[in-house]
Amino acid sequence: MTQATRNRITSWLMVVPALTIVAVFSFYPAIDSFLLSLYSEFPGAERSFIGLGNYAELFQDPVAHQAFIVTLDFVLLSTILELLLGTGIALVIHERFKGRGWVRAAVLIPWAIPTVVAAQMWRFLLNDQYGAVNAILFGNQVDAYVPWLADPWMAFGAIVLADVWKTSSFAGLLILAGLQVIPDETYDAARIDGATAWQRFWHITLPLLKPALLTALLFRTIDAFRVFDLVFVMTQGGPGDATQVIQFYGYKTLFTEGRVGYGTTISVTVFVAIAILSLFYVRTVGSKLLQREPA
Amino acid sequence: MMHRPVLLGGILLAVLGSLCPFLWFILTSFKSQIQVEAIPPTWWPDGSLVFYASALFEHQLLHYVRNSVTVAGGTTVIALVVATPAAYALARLRLPGKTWILGGLLCVAMFPPIVIAGPVWQILERLGGLNTHWGLVLPYVSLTLPLAVWILTTFFHELPVELEEAARIDGCTTWQALYKIMLPLAAPGLFTAAILTFICAWNEFFFALLILTDPERQTLPVGIALFQGEFIMPWGEIAAASVIATLPLIILVLLFQRGIINGLSAGAVKG
Repeated sequence: MTQATRNRITSWLMVVPALTIVAVFSFYPAIDSFLLSLYSEFPGAERSFIGLGNYAELFQDPVAHQAFIVTLDFVLLSTILELLLGTGIALVIHERFKGRGWVRAAVLIPWAIPTVVAAQMWRFLLNDQYGAVNAILFGNQVDAYVPWLADPWMAFGAIVLADVWKTSSFAGLLILAGLQVIPDETYDAARIDGATAWQRFWHITLPLLKPALLTALLFRTIDAFRVFDLVFVMTQGGPGDATQVIQFYGYKTLFTEGRVGYGTTISVTVFVAIAILSLFYVRTVGSKLLQREPA
Repeated sequence: MMHRPVLLGGILLAVLGSLCPFLWFILTSFKSQIQVEAIPPTWWPDGSLVFYASALFEHQLLHYVRNSVTVAGGTTVIALVVATPAAYALARLRLPGKTWILGGLLCVAMFPPIVIAGPVWQILERLGGLNTHWGLVLPYVSLTLPLAVWILTTFFHELPVELEEAARIDGCTTWQALYKIMLPLAAPGLFTAAILTFICAWNEFFFALLILTDPERQTLPVGIALFQGEFIMPWGEIAAASVIATLPLIILVLLFQRGIINGLSAGAVKG
């Protein structure tokens, strides 16, 4: 065996374990889900091939429509808020000041807290009787206390609030990485010309920050589509179906009702939606990034 | 660059906004039952430890802690053992289809968990992995591998090639070059990848909920999500359990803030 062949075999041996695990526990299951979505299967019935029948049902299922709309609203609102707050956080922790390490650690804590813990925490903060939010807003006027999670709109807002609290700092870190690659000299000319801080931010920082902002947007959108823990703990999809996001609906259909075919169809649709969105982002964003590369 | 008062205001808002909600939960965990049920709420706790005692002894919190340590620890070790040689090969060796492999891994990181949950459940049922810790560790490794490989690949990329070439000339094999020369140099990267993998596995809820139905084997997030009292919500116990589940993570963040920030942005921007 020549040295070259031996080297090639070694290189492959090094990647094979990782590829095997990912193939068995991620790729194969995803493909299997696509196939399962073409069958009808529920407790007490034989599995039978129905082609796109599940997709036809999904198309006419009002609960699924509602779930998709709730999910899209959630993705849109939480991502926008997280990018805005994230930019603010990034600008602050990018500055040089004493104790910056501590501030950065403090900001990272919500990101590190388990989502389930964050969800229980907000559920308690928003509790109608013992919650801190009511106490801060209304103090001793107990009659005015609001049962936040019992109102459809407020409950939806609560899920968004919990998500924004927990993940803005992650968006902030991605944006911080973008800030760090902007050389300080870029600002010198503008400062000499007498540009205000706001003008410098708007005309210099923001355009240069675009790639980082788009990366943060991509990561946050994909992640927001997968929201489940917050809903499971805080509202169980209620009140009514007001916070029933698509992943929770899929979970219920698949694991509580045992409708394997239809539940899988819901999940595959989420997958396709995310894939299309990512492709769209990567094409518009990615191509711009590549154009910028040689500079 | 920012005006002083604006900066101070920003710092104050960011720190208070990040910490206050959880601080309230910490205070709650040290209250007494009467204080927790006070309307309007009392702010400052008695410093009572009843909820910790009740969470530990009546709600079997230690079981959950032990299960979480096993699962998150196991995931971290296996993910790193598997990811390190893969990242090394991707960063340094001749390998056809490199970009495809890295792109494929990035794809996996985007999969919504529910798409793979059903078939993963069936695979584990066939292997006898339901309600076992290894049955949860395997999908967790698959879940965390993409991030670990990305972080490590960027780290290996940045190391100087010369040392490795010298080792090769001295007759080291590829494996020896990796373990004797590169690993010690990449230690900070390994460490970052380990912390991020651990946090990810420690916090994961969805797969844990599906795979571990036996309360004896459940991890902390499942325990905390399903915490039930006989008549009323045991908020004090939930707060105490939450503090215990979060404490290791807060310590990790305080100690390794710099590494975590570098690691998180490595995959996203430099990659």
